[in-house]
Amino acid sequence: MIEELSGRDSLIHRLDPRVKIVLVFLFSVLVAVSDRFLVLLSALALGFCIALLARLPVKQLVGRLVPVNLFIVFLWFFLPFTFEGEPLFSVGPLVGTHEGVLYAARISIKSNAIMAVMIALVASTSILTLGHAMYELRIPKKLVHLFFFTYRYIHVIHQEYVRLVSAMKVRGFRPGTNMHTYKSFAHLVGMLLVRSSDRAERVYNAMLCRGFRGNLYSLSTFSLKSYDVISLVFMLAMMLALGVLEWTKMV
Amino acid sequence: MHISEGVLSPSVLIAGAALTTAGVAVGLKGLDHEEIPSMGILSAAFFVASLVHVPIGPSSVHLILNGLLGLILGWKAFPAILIGLALQALLFQFGGITTLGVNTLNMALPAVICYYVFGWGLRAGTRQVVFTATAFACGACAVLISGVLVGFSLYLTGEAFLPAAKLLVAAHLPVMLIEGVLTAACALFLRRVKPKLLEGQYVPRPSSS
Repeated sequence: MIEELSGRDSLIHRLDPRVKIVLVFLFSVLVAVSDRFLVLLSALALGFCIALLARLPVKQLVGRLVPVNLFIVFLWFFLPFTFEGEPLFSVGPLVGTHEGVLYAARISIKSNAIMAVMIALVASTSILTLGHAMYELRIPKKLVHLFFFTYRYIHVIHQEYVRLVSAMKVRGFRPGTNMHTYKSFAHLVGMLLVRSSDRAERVYNAMLCRGFRGNLYSLSTFSLKSYDVISLVFMLAMMLALGVLEWTKMV
Repeated sequence: MHISEGVLSPSVLIAGAALTTAGVAVGLKGLDHEEIPSMGILSAAFFVASLVHVPIGPSSVHLILNGLLGLILGWKAFPAILIGLALQALLFQFGGITTLGVNTLNMALPAVICYYVFGWGLRAGTRQVVFTATAFACGACAVLISGVLVGFSLYLTGEAFLPAAKLLVAAHLPVMLIEGVLTAACALFLRRVKPKLLEGQYVPRPSSS
Protein backbone atom coordinates (compact mmCIF):
# COMPACT_ATOMS: atom_id res chain seq x y z
CA MET A 1 0.00 0.00 0.00
CA ILE A 2 2.57 2.48 1.11
CA GLU A 3 5.81 2.79 -0.73
CA GLU A 4 8.41 5.23 0.29
CA LEU A 5 10.41 6.89 -2.40
CA SER A 6 13.47 7.63 -0.34
CA GLY A 7 16.53 5.46 -0.32
CA ARG A 8 18.59 6.65 -3.26
CA ASP A 9 21.36 9.17 -2.94
CA SER A 10 21.65 12.65 -4.41
CA LEU A 11 22.54 16.24 -3.56
CA ILE A 12 19.04 16.73 -2.20
CA HIS A 13 19.22 13.54 -0.12
CA ARG A 14 22.28 14.81 1.69
CA LEU A 15 20.66 18.08 2.69
CA ASP A 16 19.72 18.51 6.36
CA PRO A 17 16.03 17.51 6.68
CA ARG A 18 15.30 20.60 8.77
CA VAL A 19 16.57 22.83 5.97
CA LYS A 20 14.43 20.90 3.50
CA ILE A 21 11.26 21.29 5.55
CA VAL A 22 11.79 25.02 6.03
CA LEU A 23 12.53 25.56 2.35
CA VAL A 24 9.56 23.52 1.14
CA PHE A 25 7.31 25.42 3.53
CA LEU A 26 8.56 28.85 2.42
CA PHE A 27 8.42 27.86 -1.23
CA SER A 28 4.83 26.61 -0.91
CA VAL A 29 3.70 29.78 0.81
CA LEU A 30 5.46 31.98 -1.74
CA VAL A 31 3.86 30.16 -4.68
CA ALA A 32 0.44 30.06 -3.03
CA VAL A 33 0.35 33.85 -2.62
CA SER A 34 1.93 34.81 -5.96
CA ASP A 35 -0.14 35.80 -8.97
CA ARG A 36 2.25 36.91 -11.69
CA PHE A 37 2.76 34.41 -14.49
CA LEU A 38 6.48 35.09 -14.78
CA VAL A 39 6.92 34.28 -11.08
CA LEU A 40 4.73 31.19 -11.22
CA LEU A 41 6.42 29.77 -14.31
CA SER A 42 9.89 30.34 -12.81
CA ALA A 43 8.72 28.65 -9.62
CA LEU A 44 7.39 25.71 -11.62
CA ALA A 45 10.72 25.37 -13.43
CA LEU A 46 12.59 25.66 -10.13
CA GLY A 47 10.32 23.03 -8.58
CA PHE A 48 10.92 20.55 -11.36
CA CYS A 49 14.67 21.20 -11.29
CA ILE A 50 14.70 20.35 -7.58
CA ALA A 51 12.64 17.20 -8.19
CA LEU A 52 15.06 16.10 -10.91
CA LEU A 53 18.06 16.97 -8.70
CA ALA A 54 16.59 14.55 -6.16
CA ARG A 55 17.13 11.90 -8.83
CA LEU A 56 13.47 11.13 -8.97
CA PRO A 57 12.65 9.09 -12.11
CA VAL A 58 10.50 11.26 -14.41
CA LYS A 59 7.94 8.49 -14.73
CA GLN A 60 7.40 8.35 -10.96
CA LEU A 61 7.25 12.12 -10.69
CA VAL A 62 4.55 12.32 -13.38
CA GLY A 63 2.71 9.35 -11.88
CA ARG A 64 2.55 11.12 -8.54
CA LEU A 65 1.36 14.35 -10.09
CA VAL A 66 -1.65 12.71 -11.79
CA PRO A 67 -3.91 12.45 -8.72
CA VAL A 68 -3.04 16.04 -7.79
CA ASN A 69 -4.27 17.21 -11.15
CA LEU A 70 -7.65 15.47 -10.99
CA PHE A 71 -9.07 18.27 -8.82
CA ILE A 72 -7.48 20.83 -11.14
CA VAL A 73 -9.12 19.21 -14.18
CA PHE A 74 -12.45 19.39 -12.32
CA LEU A 75 -11.93 23.14 -11.84
CA TRP A 76 -11.07 23.59 -15.54
CA PHE A 77 -14.62 22.50 -16.36
CA PHE A 78 -15.99 25.46 -14.41
CA LEU A 79 -13.62 28.37 -14.03
CA PRO A 80 -13.29 29.45 -17.70
CA PHE A 81 -17.08 29.78 -17.91
CA THR A 82 -17.91 31.25 -14.53
CA PHE A 83 -15.38 34.08 -14.54
CA GLU A 84 -16.64 37.35 -15.91
CA GLY A 85 -14.58 39.05 -18.58
CA GLU A 86 -13.79 39.17 -22.27
CA PRO A 87 -15.21 36.20 -24.21
CA LEU A 88 -12.50 33.98 -25.62
CA PHE A 89 -14.32 30.93 -26.97
CA SER A 90 -17.72 29.29 -26.65
CA VAL A 91 -19.01 25.76 -26.21
CA GLY A 92 -22.72 25.69 -27.07
CA PRO A 93 -24.42 28.29 -24.86
CA LEU A 94 -21.40 28.61 -22.56
CA VAL A 95 -18.87 31.35 -23.09
CA GLY A 96 -15.32 30.91 -21.88
CA THR A 97 -13.61 34.11 -20.81
CA HIS A 98 -10.04 35.22 -21.15
CA GLU A 99 -9.77 35.93 -17.41
CA GLY A 100 -11.26 32.57 -16.51
CA VAL A 101 -8.73 30.65 -18.57
CA LEU A 102 -5.86 32.68 -17.11
CA TYR A 103 -7.14 32.02 -13.59
CA ALA A 104 -7.42 28.29 -14.17
CA ALA A 105 -3.96 28.22 -15.73
CA ARG A 106 -2.54 30.06 -12.73
CA ILE A 107 -4.03 27.51 -10.34
CA SER A 108 -2.67 24.61 -12.40
CA ILE A 109 0.86 26.04 -12.37
CA LYS A 110 0.76 26.83 -8.64
CA SER A 111 -0.50 23.40 -7.74
CA ASN A 112 2.09 21.53 -9.79
CA ALA A 113 4.99 23.71 -8.64
CA ILE A 114 4.17 23.14 -4.97
CA MET A 115 3.62 19.42 -5.44
CA ALA A 116 6.90 19.02 -7.32
CA VAL A 117 8.97 20.29 -4.37
CA MET A 118 6.79 18.33 -1.97
CA ILE A 119 7.50 15.12 -3.90
CA ALA A 120 11.20 15.97 -3.98
CA LEU A 121 11.14 16.35 -0.19
CA VAL A 122 9.39 13.05 0.44
CA ALA A 123 11.48 11.30 -2.17
CA SER A 124 14.69 12.28 -0.44
CA THR A 125 13.80 11.86 3.24
CA SER A 126 12.26 8.99 5.16
CA ILE A 127 9.06 9.74 7.05
CA LEU A 128 10.68 8.96 10.41
CA THR A 129 13.52 11.41 9.71
CA LEU A 130 10.92 14.03 8.85
CA GLY A 131 9.29 13.39 12.23
CA HIS A 132 12.55 13.95 14.10
CA ALA A 133 13.24 17.06 12.05
CA MET A 134 9.78 18.42 12.89
CA TYR A 135 10.57 17.91 16.55
CA GLU A 136 13.83 19.83 16.14
CA LEU A 137 11.85 22.60 14.47
CA ARG A 138 9.84 23.06 17.68
CA ILE A 139 6.64 21.37 16.57
CA PRO A 140 4.89 20.28 19.81
CA LYS A 141 6.26 17.03 21.18
CA LYS A 142 2.85 15.45 21.61
CA LEU A 143 2.02 16.06 17.99
CA VAL A 144 5.29 14.58 16.79
CA HIS A 145 4.83 11.50 18.99
CA LEU A 146 1.33 11.06 17.66
CA PHE A 147 2.75 11.32 14.16
CA PHE A 148 5.27 8.55 14.91
CA PHE A 149 2.72 6.19 16.42
CA THR A 150 0.17 6.75 13.68
CA TYR A 151 2.73 6.17 10.97
CA ARG A 152 4.13 3.11 12.69
CA TYR A 153 0.74 1.47 13.15
CA ILE A 154 -0.74 2.28 9.74
CA HIS A 155 1.30 -0.61 8.35
CA VAL A 156 0.27 -3.00 11.10
CA ILE A 157 -3.40 -2.14 10.92
CA HIS A 158 -3.40 -2.24 7.16
CA GLN A 159 -2.16 -5.83 7.36
CA GLU A 160 -4.94 -6.56 9.79
CA TYR A 161 -7.36 -5.05 7.28
CA VAL A 162 -5.99 -7.14 4.42
CA ARG A 163 -6.41 -10.24 6.57
CA LEU A 164 -10.04 -9.39 7.36
CA VAL A 165 -10.79 -8.73 3.70
CA SER A 166 -9.31 -12.05 2.61
CA ALA A 167 -11.41 -13.76 5.28
CA MET A 168 -14.49 -12.12 3.76
CA LYS A 169 -13.49 -13.13 0.24
CA VAL A 170 -12.90 -16.72 1.29
CA ARG A 171 -16.49 -16.77 2.51
CA GLY A 172 -17.72 -15.60 -0.89
CA PHE A 173 -18.31 -11.90 -0.17
CA ARG A 174 -18.98 -9.87 -3.32
CA PRO A 175 -19.39 -6.11 -2.84
CA GLY A 176 -22.35 -4.48 -4.58
CA THR A 177 -24.77 -1.61 -4.01
CA ASN A 178 -26.89 -3.19 -1.31
CA MET A 179 -27.50 -3.15 2.40
CA HIS A 180 -25.61 -6.40 2.97
CA THR A 181 -22.44 -4.89 1.52
CA TYR A 182 -22.69 -1.74 3.61
CA LYS A 183 -23.34 -3.70 6.76
CA SER A 184 -20.40 -5.98 6.06
CA PHE A 185 -18.08 -3.04 5.50
CA ALA A 186 -19.37 -1.36 8.65
CA HIS A 187 -18.60 -4.50 10.65
CA LEU A 188 -15.19 -4.66 9.00
CA VAL A 189 -14.42 -1.12 10.15
CA GLY A 190 -15.87 -1.88 13.59
CA MET A 191 -13.70 -4.96 13.92
CA LEU A 192 -10.69 -2.93 12.84
CA LEU A 193 -11.39 -0.38 15.60
CA VAL A 194 -11.94 -3.08 18.23
CA ARG A 195 -8.73 -4.87 17.36
CA SER A 196 -6.81 -1.60 17.23
CA SER A 197 -8.01 -0.55 20.64
CA ASP A 198 -7.11 -3.98 22.08
CA ARG A 199 -3.73 -3.72 20.45
CA ALA A 200 -3.30 -0.22 21.83
CA GLU A 201 -3.78 -1.54 25.34
CA ARG A 202 -1.23 -4.34 24.83
CA VAL A 203 1.29 -2.00 23.23
CA TYR A 204 0.94 0.53 26.01
CA ASN A 205 1.41 -2.10 28.72
CA ALA A 206 4.45 -3.46 26.92
CA MET A 207 5.87 0.05 26.73
CA LEU A 208 5.26 0.60 30.43
CA CYS A 209 7.17 -2.63 31.14
CA ARG A 210 10.11 -1.18 29.26
CA GLY A 211 10.05 2.06 31.25
CA PHE A 212 8.11 4.38 28.94
CA ARG A 213 7.55 7.75 30.59
CA GLY A 214 6.27 9.82 27.71
CA ASN A 215 9.60 10.41 25.98
CA LEU A 216 10.92 9.17 22.68
CA TYR A 217 14.62 9.41 21.99
CA SER A 218 16.19 9.91 18.60
CA LEU A 219 19.43 8.10 17.86
CA SER A 220 20.31 10.37 14.97
CA THR A 221 21.33 13.95 15.53
CA PHE A 222 21.22 16.67 12.94
CA SER A 223 23.99 19.14 12.33
CA LEU A 224 24.19 21.99 9.90
CA LYS A 225 27.13 21.61 7.54
CA SER A 226 28.50 24.27 5.24
CA TYR A 227 26.78 22.53 2.33
CA ASP A 228 23.42 22.99 4.09
CA VAL A 229 24.07 26.65 4.77
CA ILE A 230 25.09 27.31 1.16
CA SER A 231 21.97 25.56 -0.16
CA LEU A 232 19.77 27.40 2.30
CA VAL A 233 21.21 30.79 1.34
CA PHE A 234 21.03 29.97 -2.36
CA MET A 235 17.38 28.89 -2.19
CA LEU A 236 16.42 31.83 0.00
CA ALA A 237 18.04 34.16 -2.55
CA MET A 238 16.09 32.52 -5.37
CA MET A 239 12.84 32.86 -3.46
CA LEU A 240 13.63 36.45 -2.52
CA ALA A 241 14.17 37.19 -6.22
CA LEU A 242 10.80 35.64 -7.04
CA GLY A 243 9.19 37.59 -4.23
CA VAL A 244 10.67 40.89 -5.48
CA LEU A 245 9.48 40.06 -8.99
CA GLU A 246 5.97 39.49 -7.66
CA TRP A 247 6.06 42.65 -5.59
CA THR A 248 7.23 44.93 -8.42
CA LYS A 249 4.03 44.11 -10.27
CA MET A 250 2.04 45.86 -7.62
CA VAL A 251 4.06 49.08 -7.38
CA MET B 1 -12.60 15.86 -0.67
CA HIS B 2 -9.22 17.50 -0.50
CA ILE B 3 -8.67 20.93 -1.91
CA SER B 4 -5.46 20.99 -3.92
CA GLU B 5 -2.52 23.28 -3.38
CA GLY B 6 -2.60 26.65 -5.08
CA VAL B 7 -6.37 26.91 -5.42
CA LEU B 8 -7.46 28.88 -2.39
CA SER B 9 -6.74 32.54 -1.73
CA PRO B 10 -4.14 33.47 0.93
CA SER B 11 -6.76 34.84 3.33
CA VAL B 12 -8.74 31.57 3.29
CA LEU B 13 -5.53 29.60 3.82
CA ILE B 14 -4.48 31.76 6.77
CA ALA B 15 -7.92 31.64 8.38
CA GLY B 16 -8.03 27.85 8.00
CA ALA B 17 -4.54 27.44 9.45
CA ALA B 18 -5.33 29.69 12.41
CA LEU B 19 -8.57 27.89 13.29
CA THR B 20 -6.93 24.50 12.91
CA THR B 21 -4.07 25.57 15.16
CA ALA B 22 -6.58 26.54 17.82
CA GLY B 23 -8.48 23.25 17.43
CA VAL B 24 -5.30 21.19 17.60
CA ALA B 25 -4.19 23.11 20.68
CA VAL B 26 -7.47 22.28 22.44
CA GLY B 27 -7.15 18.64 21.36
CA LEU B 28 -3.55 18.33 22.56
CA LYS B 29 -4.32 19.97 25.87
CA GLY B 30 -6.69 17.16 26.74
CA LEU B 31 -4.21 14.53 25.63
CA ASP B 32 -2.00 12.91 28.26
CA HIS B 33 1.43 11.64 27.34
CA GLU B 34 0.27 8.20 28.36
CA GLU B 35 -2.59 8.28 25.91
CA ILE B 36 -0.42 9.01 22.89
CA PRO B 37 0.28 5.39 21.89
CA SER B 38 -3.39 4.40 21.96
CA MET B 39 -4.46 7.60 20.24
CA GLY B 40 -1.89 6.99 17.51
CA ILE B 41 -3.09 3.45 16.99
CA LEU B 42 -6.73 4.56 16.75
CA SER B 43 -5.78 7.34 14.34
CA ALA B 44 -3.99 4.75 12.25
CA ALA B 45 -7.15 2.61 12.27
CA PHE B 46 -9.18 5.55 10.95
CA PHE B 47 -6.49 6.23 8.36
CA VAL B 48 -6.79 2.65 7.11
CA ALA B 49 -10.62 2.82 7.24
CA SER B 50 -10.49 5.88 4.99
CA LEU B 51 -8.76 3.74 2.36
CA VAL B 52 -11.76 1.38 2.20
CA HIS B 53 -13.72 1.81 -1.00
CA VAL B 54 -17.42 1.11 -0.87
CA PRO B 55 -19.32 0.45 -4.11
CA ILE B 56 -22.14 2.80 -5.05
CA GLY B 57 -23.81 2.04 -8.37
CA PRO B 58 -21.15 1.78 -11.07
CA SER B 59 -18.52 3.69 -9.12
CA SER B 60 -17.19 3.66 -5.56
CA VAL B 61 -16.49 6.12 -2.77
CA HIS B 62 -13.93 5.97 -0.04
CA LEU B 63 -15.07 6.21 3.56
CA ILE B 64 -14.51 9.37 5.60
CA LEU B 65 -16.07 8.40 8.93
CA ASN B 66 -15.30 11.75 10.54
CA GLY B 67 -18.63 11.51 12.40
CA LEU B 68 -17.60 8.28 14.10
CA LEU B 69 -14.12 9.69 14.71
CA GLY B 70 -15.65 12.69 16.45
CA LEU B 71 -17.85 10.45 18.62
CA ILE B 72 -14.89 8.40 19.77
CA LEU B 73 -12.23 11.09 20.08
CA GLY B 74 -14.04 14.39 20.71
CA TRP B 75 -11.68 17.38 20.37
CA LYS B 76 -8.79 15.01 19.81
CA ALA B 77 -10.25 14.56 16.33
CA PHE B 78 -8.29 17.71 15.41
CA PRO B 79 -4.78 16.35 16.03
CA ALA B 80 -5.83 12.91 14.74
CA ILE B 81 -7.10 14.32 11.44
CA LEU B 82 -4.17 16.74 11.12
CA ILE B 83 -1.74 13.83 11.38
CA GLY B 84 -3.84 11.71 9.04
CA LEU B 85 -3.89 14.41 6.38
CA ALA B 86 -0.18 15.18 6.82
CA LEU B 87 0.59 11.51 6.25
CA GLN B 88 -1.69 11.40 3.22
CA ALA B 89 0.18 14.40 1.82
CA LEU B 90 3.55 12.76 2.49
CA LEU B 91 2.64 9.28 1.31
CA PHE B 92 0.23 9.88 -1.55
CA GLN B 93 0.56 13.64 -2.25
CA PHE B 94 -3.11 14.33 -1.57
CA GLY B 95 -2.93 17.97 -0.53
CA GLY B 96 0.18 19.71 0.72
CA ILE B 97 1.55 22.06 3.34
CA THR B 98 -0.36 25.27 2.69
CA THR B 99 -3.77 23.60 2.46
CA LEU B 100 -3.23 21.40 5.51
CA GLY B 101 -4.95 23.90 7.79
CA VAL B 102 -8.08 24.36 5.69
CA ASN B 103 -8.42 20.66 4.89
CA THR B 104 -8.04 19.69 8.55
CA LEU B 105 -10.62 22.25 9.59
CA ASN B 106 -13.10 21.03 6.96
CA MET B 107 -12.88 17.47 8.27
CA ALA B 108 -12.32 17.98 12.01
CA LEU B 109 -14.78 20.76 12.78
CA PRO B 110 -17.78 18.61 11.71
CA ALA B 111 -16.39 15.79 13.85
CA VAL B 112 -16.30 18.01 16.94
CA ILE B 113 -19.75 19.46 16.18
CA CYS B 114 -21.16 15.94 15.88
CA TYR B 115 -19.52 14.97 19.14
CA TYR B 116 -21.44 17.72 20.95
CA VAL B 117 -24.72 17.35 19.07
CA PHE B 118 -25.04 13.57 18.90
CA GLY B 119 -22.78 12.26 21.65
CA TRP B 120 -25.62 12.03 24.18
CA GLY B 121 -27.61 9.59 22.04
CA LEU B 122 -24.88 7.00 22.01
CA ARG B 123 -24.24 6.46 25.70
CA ALA B 124 -25.17 3.22 27.38
CA GLY B 125 -28.84 2.74 28.10
CA THR B 126 -30.31 4.59 25.11
CA ARG B 127 -32.96 2.64 23.25
CA GLN B 128 -31.90 0.80 20.13
CA VAL B 129 -34.05 2.93 17.81
CA VAL B 130 -32.78 6.21 19.22
CA PHE B 131 -29.23 4.91 19.17
CA THR B 132 -29.41 3.85 15.51
CA ALA B 133 -31.06 7.08 14.41
CA THR B 134 -28.52 9.23 16.25
CA ALA B 135 -25.59 7.31 14.80
CA PHE B 136 -27.04 7.62 11.30
CA ALA B 137 -27.61 11.35 11.72
CA CYS B 138 -24.12 11.77 13.11
CA GLY B 139 -22.42 10.04 10.17
CA ALA B 140 -24.57 11.83 7.60
CA CYS B 141 -24.31 15.30 9.15
CA ALA B 142 -20.54 15.12 9.53
CA VAL B 143 -20.14 14.53 5.80
CA LEU B 144 -22.74 17.14 4.91
CA ILE B 145 -21.03 19.80 7.03
CA SER B 146 -17.67 18.83 5.55
CA GLY B 147 -19.08 19.21 2.04
CA VAL B 148 -20.55 22.59 2.87
CA LEU B 149 -17.27 23.75 4.43
CA VAL B 150 -15.30 22.67 1.36
CA GLY B 151 -17.77 24.51 -0.87
CA PHE B 152 -17.61 27.54 1.40
CA SER B 153 -13.78 27.61 1.30
CA LEU B 154 -13.93 27.69 -2.49
CA TYR B 155 -16.68 30.31 -2.52
CA LEU B 156 -14.73 32.59 -0.17
CA THR B 157 -11.78 32.39 -2.56
CA GLY B 158 -13.83 33.78 -5.45
CA GLU B 159 -17.44 33.98 -6.54
CA ALA B 160 -16.47 32.27 -9.79
CA PHE B 161 -16.11 29.07 -7.78
CA LEU B 162 -19.79 29.06 -6.83
CA PRO B 163 -21.05 26.56 -9.47
CA ALA B 164 -18.15 24.21 -8.77
CA ALA B 165 -18.78 24.55 -5.03
CA LYS B 166 -22.48 23.75 -5.47
CA LEU B 167 -21.67 20.66 -7.50
CA LEU B 168 -19.22 19.53 -4.80
CA VAL B 169 -21.88 19.82 -2.11
CA ALA B 170 -24.35 17.95 -4.33
CA ALA B 171 -21.78 15.20 -4.89
CA HIS B 172 -21.56 14.80 -1.12
CA LEU B 173 -25.26 13.92 -0.82
CA PRO B 174 -25.07 10.23 -1.86
CA VAL B 175 -21.87 9.88 0.19
CA MET B 176 -23.82 11.29 3.12
CA LEU B 177 -26.38 8.47 2.98
CA ILE B 178 -23.72 5.79 2.77
CA GLU B 179 -21.72 7.31 5.62
CA GLY B 180 -24.88 7.50 7.70
CA VAL B 181 -25.73 3.85 7.11
CA LEU B 182 -22.17 2.73 7.75
CA THR B 183 -21.77 4.84 10.87
CA ALA B 184 -25.04 3.47 12.25
CA ALA B 185 -24.12 -0.14 11.49
CA CYS B 186 -20.61 0.35 12.85
CA ALA B 187 -21.84 2.01 16.04
CA LEU B 188 -24.35 -0.83 16.60
CA PHE B 189 -21.52 -3.30 16.14
CA LEU B 190 -19.31 -1.45 18.62
CA ARG B 191 -22.18 -1.27 21.10
CA ARG B 192 -22.48 -5.05 21.04
CA VAL B 193 -18.75 -5.85 20.91
CA LYS B 194 -16.90 -3.06 22.71
CA PRO B 195 -19.22 -0.44 24.19
CA LYS B 196 -16.35 1.22 26.02
CA LEU B 197 -15.11 2.72 22.76
CA LEU B 198 -18.31 4.73 22.38
CA GLU B 199 -18.43 5.87 25.97
CA GLY B 200 -15.74 8.43 25.86
CA GLN B 201 -12.86 6.17 26.81
CA TYR B 202 -10.58 8.41 24.81
CA VAL B 203 -12.35 11.66 25.62
CA PRO B 204 -11.22 13.59 28.69
CA ARG B 205 -13.90 13.95 31.33
CA PRO B 206 -13.44 17.36 32.90
CA SER B 207 -15.33 16.43 36.08
CA SER B 208 -13.25 13.36 36.93
CA SER B 209 -10.11 15.11 38.17
